[in-house]
Amino acid sequence: MAETAEKTAIPTQLPDAGGHFGVFGGRFVSETLMAALEELEAAWRKYLADDAFVARLDSDLAHFVGRPSPLYLAENLTRKVGGAQIVLKREDLNHTGAHKINNTVGQALLAQAMGKQRVIAETGAGQHGVATATVAARLGMKCVVYMGSEDVRRQSVNVFRMKLLGAEVISVEAGSKTLKDALNEAMRDWVTNVDDTFYVLGTVAGPHPYPAMVRDFNAVVGREARQQVQEEYGRLPNALVACVGGGSNAIGLFHPFIGDDEVAMYGVEAAGHGLSGHEHAASLCAGRIGVLHGSRTYLLDDDAGQIIDTHSVSAGLDYPGVGPEHAWLKDSGRAAYVGIDDEEALAAFHELTRSEGIMPALESAHAVAYGMKLAAGRSKDEIVLVNLSGRGDKDINTVAELEGMTL
Amino acid sequence: MNRIDARFGDLRRRGRCALIPYVTAGYPGPDATVPVMHAAVEAGADLLEVGMPFSDVMADGPVIQEACARALEQGTGLQEVLAMVAEFRRSDAATPVVLMGYANPIERRGVARFCEEAAAAGVDGLLIVDVPADEAAEMRAELARHDLHQIFLVAPTTTDARLKRAAALAGGFLYYVSIKGVTGASTLDTASLAPAVERIRNAAGVPIAVGFGIRTPEHAATAAESADAVVIGSALVERLGKTDSPAAAVDAAREYLAPVREAMDNNASSKRDAVSA
Ligand SMILES: Cc1ncc(COP(=O)(O)O)c(C=O)c1O
Repeated sequence: MAETAEKTAIPTQLPDAGGHFGVFGGRFVSETLMAALEELEAAWRKYLADDAFVARLDSDLAHFVGRPSPLYLAENLTRKVGGAQIVLKREDLNHTGAHKINNTVGQALLAQAMGKQRVIAETGAGQHGVATATVAARLGMKCVVYMGSEDVRRQSVNVFRMKLLGAEVISVEAGSKTLKDALNEAMRDWVTNVDDTFYVLGTVAGPHPYPAMVRDFNAVVGREARQQVQEEYGRLPNALVACVGGGSNAIGLFHPFIGDDEVAMYGVEAAGHGLSGHEHAASLCAGRIGVLHGSRTYLLDDDAGQIIDTHSVSAGLDYPGVGPEHAWLKDSGRAAYVGIDDEEALAAFHELTRSEGIMPALESAHAVAYGMKLAAGRSKDEIVLVNLSGRGDKDINTVAELEGMTL
Repeated sequence: MNRIDARFGDLRRRGRCALIPYVTAGYPGPDATVPVMHAAVEAGADLLEVGMPFSDVMADGPVIQEACARALEQGTGLQEVLAMVAEFRRSDAATPVVLMGYANPIERRGVARFCEEAAAAGVDGLLIVDVPADEAAEMRAELARHDLHQIFLVAPTTTDARLKRAAALAGGFLYYVSIKGVTGASTLDTASLAPAVERIRNAAGVPIAVGFGIRTPEHAATAAESADAVVIGSALVERLGKTDSPAAAVDAAREYLAPVREAMDNNASSKRDAVSA
């Protein structure tokens, strides 16, 4: 970490003391939450500099999560596409099936160190909820997960998984009944129960310190990838590709590479039914700057400033905001953000499943789809490194339904 | 002079604690808001707080969430809220009006434009729930240009350092959130109120309002013992929500607020009697 921090002089110094990435980020929350955020920030700074805490975290990442996750050269896919080599970072092989566990292991250890007995979380697809319920079960903490009622319906298998793990799942009926409303409800719980409760936020959105803290817990992905690609291929990749919902898997991969100017970075947003209409979730590609969930960032709203309903085939990308560091990377030009629509993502889901025997999460399928586009027409010597953020088991009902089958 | 300052100056001379009812603009319907504002004043309100509906009211409980959602469905956005205040002003030039809301709709309209329009409509202060003192610099200049006060919240968990900062920036009054929680929670700890208000008073030179968990005349009377103003929101909005016409909403507001006012006044006069005896 020290090595990359030196290399990437400017960007990694962000956020500033107030949690700002340029004009983005900050702490746009009610005063009622401020003390809790300050307490959390102090604990995060303290324990990330504490050798015993970091050793415990590393040990859990190795033995409980199964890190490091391998790099995998998708030879069949590469051959089909006929361009740059497509290399996958296999976060799908982590315990519970996605990158989300990197963050929940870290935050739960932090909660424990702070003496909080109860953890709460918001979830969309249910992956973050499952990852939180999992670490809560292991550490013997009470766990409450907020989930929009629409997502409860769409992701019933994950709801049951959370219950098996001992978590209470609260279905949120407000607003669009999806991830953003679950996040509002989790914040309300936190304000009410700040004394004994730790809010495990699932992505790099929200008020400071969440965007920086969740990034730090996920940056293990990029640190490993940077080392692995140099060891195995003798060089850095030409491009990084990751899907962006709130942006945690993407920033986790990107961050250690920010100072490597020769490495291009592409964040892939959900273009849903197309960026020209309103049925998508691409806040960086098609949104504008505003304030949502505690930070200034790109978001999707109407002309009256009301947050609008988003659409994506993947519940995990179905979010009207995005982490403020991505907003900053976009405006500074260091990363590019693109859209992949539902159909393209589904095609990539099938393509990777059939050609490599790897079934990606629908979220990750967006990254795979763009990785294939990017690799096409490039030289065989080039490397396109795609973050395979999760596995697709959770999505088979959705895919079946879209294809007119019931399981 | 800003109407909020004038009003608190007047109340201080009369030894009266202010009653500040909160209504969500456009709820239960767009036609109810202005009549309810007038009715509240007739029932003893000294200032009014008007909520600007937003889709993601993170600091509000179920009652105000629902009120915002219904108001939005019926088309009450910022422009409509400002029109309601302007209409209220046509027949009430004195009662201060504070708008309460969230940052995004204001930013979308443009902070400068919004402040200009708000001042023109007769608004006196702005409480943007998700713009705490830390992030307030940008709005500050625009608000000041139009003599609009920026109202800040203080919570039970607010540290001394943060209190000092809010006190330094505060205009109009400081709003003490009397509970750990969202608006409308029913966990008011009346015993902790007086010491909390005392702490803020020692740090701040502006009047202190108490709100978020005040639901009954008894709560209001207790809060009035230490605070300069009592804010009643969810409990009123809940009653308005059960009405189906502007006339019924007006009756509900009167019926609910009159006993609250009475309890506050009785308490104050019994306190004065106790002091003079
Ligand atoms: C597998 C997977 N990838 C990506 C995401 C999107 O989140 P983020 O953008 O924070 O990585 C999710 C969210 O649920 C997910 O489950």
